Amino acid sequence: MSLFKRLAAGVVAIGLTVGASAAAFAADKFIVVQSTTSTQNSGLLDYILPKFQKKSGIEVRVVAVGTGQALKNAANGDGDVLLVHAKPAEEKFVADGFGVKRFDVMYNDFVIVGPKNDPAGIKGMTDVTAALKKIADSKAIFASRGDDSGTHKKERALWKQTGIDPTAASGDWYRETGSGMGATLNAAAGMGAYTMSDRATWLAFKNKDALEILTQGDDRLFNQYGVMLVNPEKHPNVKAEAGQEFIDWLIGAEGQKAIASYKVDGEQLFFPNAKGSASN
Amino acid sequence: MHEVVSITAHSEIRLQSAPSPMPLQVRNLTFATDNTEILKGIDLDLATDHLTVLMGPNGAGKSVLLRLLHGLLEPTSGDVRWSGQPLTKAIRKEQALVFQKPVLLRRSVSANLNFALGLRRIPDRAIRLKEALADLGLESLARRPARVLSGGEQQRLALARALILKPKVLMLDEPTANLDPASTLLIEQAISKVRRSGVKVIMITHAPHQARRLAEEVVFIHAGRITEHKPAKAFFDRPESEAARAYLAGEILI
Amino acid sequence: MQDFAHSFTLAGELIVSGNEDLAEIIALSMRVTATALGISALIGLPFGAILAVSRFPGRGAITVLANALMGLPPVVVGLSVYMLLSNAGPLGPLQLLYTPTAMIIAQAVLITPIIIALTRQVIADLNAEYADTFHSLVVPWHTAVGALLWDARFSLITVLLAGFGRAVAEVGAVMIVGGNINHVTRMMTTAIALETSRGDLALALALGMVLLLIALAVNGAVAFLRGTERSAAHA
Repeated sequence: MSLFKRLAAGVVAIGLTVGASAAAFAADKFIVVQSTTSTQNSGLLDYILPKFQKKSGIEVRVVAVGTGQALKNAANGDGDVLLVHAKPAEEKFVADGFGVKRFDVMYNDFVIVGPKNDPAGIKGMTDVTAALKKIADSKAIFASRGDDSGTHKKERALWKQTGIDPTAASGDWYRETGSGMGATLNAAAGMGAYTMSDRATWLAFKNKDALEILTQGDDRLFNQYGVMLVNPEKHPNVKAEAGQEFIDWLIGAEGQKAIASYKVDGEQLFFPNAKGSASN
Repeated sequence: MHEVVSITAHSEIRLQSAPSPMPLQVRNLTFATDNTEILKGIDLDLATDHLTVLMGPNGAGKSVLLRLLHGLLEPTSGDVRWSGQPLTKAIRKEQALVFQKPVLLRRSVSANLNFALGLRRIPDRAIRLKEALADLGLESLARRPARVLSGGEQQRLALARALILKPKVLMLDEPTANLDPASTLLIEQAISKVRRSGVKVIMITHAPHQARRLAEEVVFIHAGRITEHKPAKAFFDRPESEAARAYLAGEILI
Repeated sequence: MQDFAHSFTLAGELIVSGNEDLAEIIALSMRVTATALGISALIGLPFGAILAVSRFPGRGAITVLANALMGLPPVVVGLSVYMLLSNAGPLGPLQLLYTPTAMIIAQAVLITPIIIALTRQVIADLNAEYADTFHSLVVPWHTAVGALLWDARFSLITVLLAGFGRAVAEVGAVMIVGGNINHVTRMMTTAIALETSRGDLALALALGMVLLLIALAVNGAVAFLRGTERSAAHA
């Protein structure tokens, strides 16, 4: 019996410790932002968030996952603010009542990168669907995110415009990595494959190896980022006030300036385009 | 001189605290494994005031009988009664068994003894510990890890652990097999001493000389049956059964 | 191979420089894993030992289950703990998601079956030797469990090290429930994953080497302590 008692006492003690530390966390002034790997991997958030914290005293904790997972986490109420890049999905998120109001924040663009020897011959093309068609025709290896992220949604939309269903060749020349942008770029570098990446992640990516940008500049490669507060009516734990303060800063003059001033190797990665009003 | 007196006084105390008798009654005891009958319906009555030696060739069933008497094995059929009672925890607590191969805790000599003491409500632990160490010549080894002792030292410790709880019945399964003469002597002396203090002793041995030195009565077992049960002198002088005669003559029995 | 050499240099530089971020990440990794291991040991050691010595219906099934759960994929553990702690989940009101506590829970869930299964095996082996003696001495079962745990302590330390190794090297579960938040829930393994996704393979590998060094240091320290206790016990 004494063993049981000691055991029970231990478990209770741990429970109390865990509870106490939970309380300690809740007391801190912070918000959780569900965002995408591109904003984190590019280094943008590491650059702008300290500026916001300095001004507001609010700590921003970023959970960087694919847009699909970020939307899902936010719908579960596991976050206060959502900062992603998949406009139709974001609009649905708001329409379903999970988000309060969506604001445009910034944009950048996608690029098609591939091996320098360019077996499909798409170098210099500006028509993205034509380039994708050439890749499909030559059966050159194409690495797709395959993870329902914002980038993946965009890529699928572009394939749809070509009239080709690449998933029919899945496992053949079309390879779905099922992982983040960085992992997919690593895979593409390893396989000598083509892939589509947001420009920010690409520029900050250090393992470029034999890859380079081959196709860019098509209007259809435009990549819009949006921000929204998770609906506190759905999830009362959402820190609406602090979350809104962050959104207001991000789409306000200061935040926009901070975004514009972030550069990697002298190149601007994100272009602020907030209107200070709802985009739809 | 003074010391001698105190030892005598000491023995007096032990005799005064002599355990109450615990006679054994075994009826039609059978033990079988899946395909072999090891004990074939044994009847046995043991009085409390004897040192009983179980003898017999290997595989006769001596160890199994000892384990059945102590409740380490469940009989296939038949009855074991101590003081007319079936084997209960309370009765088993009054007994101790020393195995042929000592099993000691991975701790020091005194920690092994303290472990046993901790199992019962015993007021004078420190005195008991000292006595037990002294009785088996283990004082100088008290702090040594049990596992690094020699075979003889380990068996002495196992016996000390059995005796420290002052059992009414002490059972030993070939306690001195393969031991050095010094340890054998110490163990035999300790057995004699507890026997003198009134403890019932049942032991198995294969050594005829040891049996002659210690036994008050002998139970001879052969092929799962008791073939002889008589006072030691009578057994050694005039073994009746063919098997016992052959065994004592050093012949190989199956 | 160039990457390897570069990583070695980088790992050395990281350690020598006393980088504050790295120190913070290492400290968090150690705190989370040590706490998770403590909880798992508190549950797993007695439970594994009881499983080894007692006979009750369903014991065999529990043993098989614990053995099977040793192979539990960390991501599955992470997802399950996420669903529990999510604001949409039953324990949402505790607000534990994306905290070190969430990672402790995930790691504890991950390694408790390992501690149980390995403890059961170690104690069962020792009990095979002790059982008759304990039965003869009429040792109460809880005393027997305590004595077996104590006497098997050197083997059980290896069991705990196995749990430590699995927990400290784990990334899938803590990534999901911790969120890899900088300065809050970023650990060695999640930092390695992040640097890999940034394509900074040399830095990722360097961090991996630091993690290996930590694991070596922990194992070395335990081996040293064990050695001194053993020699003290045998003096």
